[in-house]
Amino acid sequence: MSAQMLRVTEIEALSPLVKRFRFEHPGGKKLPLFSGGAHVVVEMPDGDLLRRNAYSLISDPQDGSGYEIAVRREDGGRGGSRFMHSNVGQGDTLRISTPLNLFSLDARARKHVLIAGGIGITPIIAQMRQLLRMQDRFEIHYAARLRSEAAGLRLLPRLPHIHSHISDEGDRMDLGAILDRQPIGTHVYTCGPEGLITAVAQCAARLGWPRGSLHSEVFLAPPPGRAFEVTLAKSGRTVTVGPHQSLLEALEEAQVEIDWSCRGGACGRCETDVVSCHGRIEHNDHWLSEDEHSSQTKIMPCVSRFRGRELIIDR
Amino acid sequence: MTIQFNDETFRDDYSYHNSPAAIRRFPFPFDKDDYMYAVNMEPHGSGRAGSPFENRFDVDEHYVAEMRDREITLKEDPLRCQSLPHMELAGWDLLELIMEAKSEDYPELFSLHRDGDRWHWINRPLGIDHKFTFLDPTTLPYGPMEYITRQAQGDFAVLDQRDGNLWMEAGMVTSQADWSLDFDIGMNFFEWHAPVPLAHEMGIFQRALKFLLAIQQDAPSRRLNWTMTVNPRLDTSPENYHKWGPEKRTLTPENTGEKQYLRVELQTFFRLPRSNGLAFPIRCYLISLQDLVTVPKWGRRLHRVIRDLPDELAEYKGFTVNRPLIVEYLSRFDDGKPTSPGIFPDE
Ligand code: HEM
Ligand code: FES
Repeated sequence: MSAQMLRVTEIEALSPLVKRFRFEHPGGKKLPLFSGGAHVVVEMPDGDLLRRNAYSLISDPQDGSGYEIAVRREDGGRGGSRFMHSNVGQGDTLRISTPLNLFSLDARARKHVLIAGGIGITPIIAQMRQLLRMQDRFEIHYAARLRSEAAGLRLLPRLPHIHSHISDEGDRMDLGAILDRQPIGTHVYTCGPEGLITAVAQCAARLGWPRGSLHSEVFLAPPPGRAFEVTLAKSGRTVTVGPHQSLLEALEEAQVEIDWSCRGGACGRCETDVVSCHGRIEHNDHWLSEDEHSSQTKIMPCVSRFRGRELIIDR
Repeated sequence: MTIQFNDETFRDDYSYHNSPAAIRRFPFPFDKDDYMYAVNMEPHGSGRAGSPFENRFDVDEHYVAEMRDREITLKEDPLRCQSLPHMELAGWDLLELIMEAKSEDYPELFSLHRDGDRWHWINRPLGIDHKFTFLDPTTLPYGPMEYITRQAQGDFAVLDQRDGNLWMEAGMVTSQADWSLDFDIGMNFFEWHAPVPLAHEMGIFQRALKFLLAIQQDAPSRRLNWTMTVNPRLDTSPENYHKWGPEKRTLTPENTGEKQYLRVELQTFFRLPRSNGLAFPIRCYLISLQDLVTVPKWGRRLHRVIRDLPDELAEYKGFTVNRPLIVEYLSRFDDGKPTSPGIFPDE
């Protein structure tokens, strides 16, 4: 995956838990443009470990002068966000991948309805910037629990078609009302916790929306798993995956050749065949089919884990 | 580098020809003595110097004549160029990609000067000197995709990416191996590949699609495809089958070396930044068998490939009728000696 070293030029607290980071090329070179919804992978050298997390870009897609991301500190997470919050300072350089978009706007839409929950607002910010520039019709609904935690409020302009819903203040997002009055040809994009995405899908189904008009991105922050062991069929070696490590990271540490791109269970690049499995694969991806999940014949090492006696993979 | 552009035709009197240098740099597609479909993608953009893989978009001695041939085909059939309304942004992406690449890789032929959205494009071989406003279609004589692909060799499919698939929703297709943009427009990756034999069952398309969906900017890739064409004709479209189909029957043992061409497609894949679309240029290279066998390795190898090719592939590629003649001709250049690995001629 192509990437370059970029310098951290700004860090700003958007809320007690969320920081905005801006990256620029140290030599002032223009960065590749992108499309709203794209993410970059940030590499964080943390002791012996190289962490890699995917973050949605929140800056203007047509502005090549820098990239911006917003990182929520997840104390229960795998540590990438904690590293960004505590170890990264202005002036540091980090390796940042070229943007990739797995959550892009549907150019055919007559209108776009963007729904975000919590930190799921991040890809929607860049989509909004793109829509503003193209002068397309859209509306945004952003849901957060507490005003003090709602980092998105700092990033959203005050416009009549941009709505915030703070549940703690009694303003809960009413999906039925949002989806019921949209013109034909509207597309809906949801980013946030899995529960929100399911709720939007169910509500849209009830109202008879065509499935092709719904788009979503779950921000997979896989919970820190237990350690587990994996045997590699090609070399016979056994690799231990630490509790805060992904199988992909463990394979890379063991210098096993493996392709990857999104590191978030969506792109399919790291797909690996399972040779034998005595136990249960914890599939956390959005790539494999239900059949592939239940048959336990494939695993996506970037997000999925294993519990049981023995897992042999084709690597 | 100076390129001497050929004065030649791809129809009627078929005066198309390859210089000795063009023969040496021909993109011979076989890296071993047999052929079967495979997920044969590799990185593109900095291949061997002098080869068609050196630059993102290869410009060669056929450039001017090919652009003239495209103009004729388009005049007869404007539906060879189509772009659904939502693909305009992707068209601008493609225009920028080609202008940037050509002006960087061939500065004596092409220049691009940018002052914000005010662009100045000079294409010396075609005598074009044009100032326009980027993203403002009223400042160009055609839509952005049509404008730039009238100045770029090869066909272009521009794909929209959504719902985990690619959709053929824009293109400029005047030099195709018997498929139709007008028929395929709006189809997805599996739909437009439906006629291809064997590859679906081999899981090739499923894997290829996964790869394409994750292609990043700055990391284009390529693959080679091939077929056989009688006479150096670019427009072998289903629309004009009545013009070129009967020509297959004109092959004789005496004229095979001269009239039978190996047709190679250099297919490349580029992620487009603003639209998140995918550009799929399909550049067609033609070489007569008599020119091809001047490289002994290629003569030997092509004989073996065509002789042993699975019948389904020869049938799909449309040269079953002429296969015996081709094998008989090529067998004269195969002394049975081993061939070296890779596609390039031996030194
Ligand atoms: C998105 C880019 C692509 C486009 C637009 C495209 C388009 C096409 C079209 C229009 C055909 C002709 C089908 C017909 O008979 O009507 C074709 C054939 C074929 N394509 Fe693709 N293709 C793409 C990518 C790929 C990739 C990545 C592979 C990888 C293996 C592939 C493998 C093939 C094969 C094996 C054939 C049969 C060719 C022959 O035997 O001459 N294509 N493609
Ligand atoms: S790296 Fe994309 S699915 Fe694993």
